[in-house]
Amino acid sequence: MKFKYPLLLAAVTLAANGAAFADKPVVNTKLKAEIDKIIALSFPAGENQDLSRLKQDDTIQACNQYRDNVPEKMAAAIIERETKNIKYPADGKLMGDWKIGQKYYTMGFAYRIGTVEPDKADKDRGGNCYACHAADPKEVAYGTIGPGLTGYGKLRGASDDIVKYTYDKIYNAQAFTACSQMPRLGHNGILTPEKIAHITAFLVSPDSPVNK
Amino acid sequence: MKLEHLGRKALALAVLLALPGLATAQEMVNAEAYREALQDKFANPGTMVADRGEILFKAPRGPKNISLEKCDFGLGPGKLEGAYAQLPRYFKDSKKVEDLESRLVTCMTKLQGFSEADVLKKVFGDHTRNESNTDIEAIAMYVAAQSDGIAINPPLKHAKEKEALKVGEALFFTRHGPMDFSCKTCHAEDGKRIRLQELGNYASNKQNAQATMKTWPTYRVSHGMVRTLQSRMWDCNWQMRLPDLAYGSPGSVALISFLSHQAKGAALDLPGMKR
Repeated sequence: MKFKYPLLLAAVTLAANGAAFADKPVVNTKLKAEIDKIIALSFPAGENQDLSRLKQDDTIQACNQYRDNVPEKMAAAIIERETKNIKYPADGKLMGDWKIGQKYYTMGFAYRIGTVEPDKADKDRGGNCYACHAADPKEVAYGTIGPGLTGYGKLRGASDDIVKYTYDKIYNAQAFTACSQMPRLGHNGILTPEKIAHITAFLVSPDSPVNK
Repeated sequence: MKLEHLGRKALALAVLLALPGLATAQEMVNAEAYREALQDKFANPGTMVADRGEILFKAPRGPKNISLEKCDFGLGPGKLEGAYAQLPRYFKDSKKVEDLESRLVTCMTKLQGFSEADVLKKVFGDHTRNESNTDIEAIAMYVAAQSDGIAINPPLKHAKEKEALKVGEALFFTRHGPMDFSCKTCHAEDGKRIRLQELGNYASNKQNAQATMKTWPTYRVSHGMVRTLQSRMWDCNWQMRLPDLAYGSPGSVALISFLSHQAKGAALDLPGMKR
């Protein structure tokens, strides 16, 4: 009894610092089975319902099991696996046209399915990046879920390493941070490699408004 | 021709004049004044939807030609005052935990004799087509409004109620879909924003959960119609690029259970009105 509170305090402090890795799953096998059952019952098959979207790959299953705070070894495995997933444009150019990138940084309302209010299946998809990340100083409606990227290239330069890092991060954020909250935009097929190269240019290019 | 030319000039001038309005501090002040203006209950069109709901609720309808006045929302047949504040709850007759809207489906099918397919054929009015609220939306608004001023207090006695809360919490944190999102992605930190919209932290900020949950169902100005919690749950999942979350499905009820328990104690302020 005597030790109960100091131990609890220590646990709380570690978690708040974000320094500790979990060693026990938050979602055990029994609860997972229950959740899977409820999901299957709640998203019935039907017209324009792409149930394959509900499938969780190994990485997301691990993130869900540990509520995004995976043990160290598992985090390393995720990073290794997701790094291997990254694909590049056919011409090998990771730095596209920032003006096209600007468009895809903002565009986002597409790819919604179902029967209530679906988008046209062939509607051009953007990254909807501004919904979470500030970048262009002229855009006032930016969100704050992710870090602000205003002056991104000005701060970091436009070396090959920075270009590649930026491209890779957009393609697959989990190649750097296991269970990152950012969507794996390239890996999940939201954005093509070419569009990611354009968005990379929008963030990195000295001519882009992001860096003015 | 001349007029058209003038029109263009006027437009250009209007655009120029509008530019200084982009100042963000000004926008925040305006947004708050706007929110304050939305508090005016007498100006809330949701009350008219509730009135229509009352007429539908009391009218004999369906193949059995019977009104919904015999429907038990948890406090006994026809007892509406405070009933919504204590939902979701377990119902013996359906052997399920039901929120307001899944309960309505149960009563409309079992009591009034509608087929489930008929009830579920069109549950949400389509604001993109300038439609009115559907009957079930109006009835839900009416029943919910009978709990105006009463504290949110869903029961947690039955094992299935406990299970719904546990599963709802787990679902809140379950990532899936092509964006790898869960509810947590947007709703688990204080002071965040998606685009210009402020986001509530429903994972750990009780005040945020209360402020949101006490004003649903709500009149959404941007939709020009009443929106219910089932619609809100569907909407979030739709934005996450998932298939349609089925109306009244166990997942939707579990999520509403979790959110209702997070918001426990808040006095309902209905109909709500939001942007």
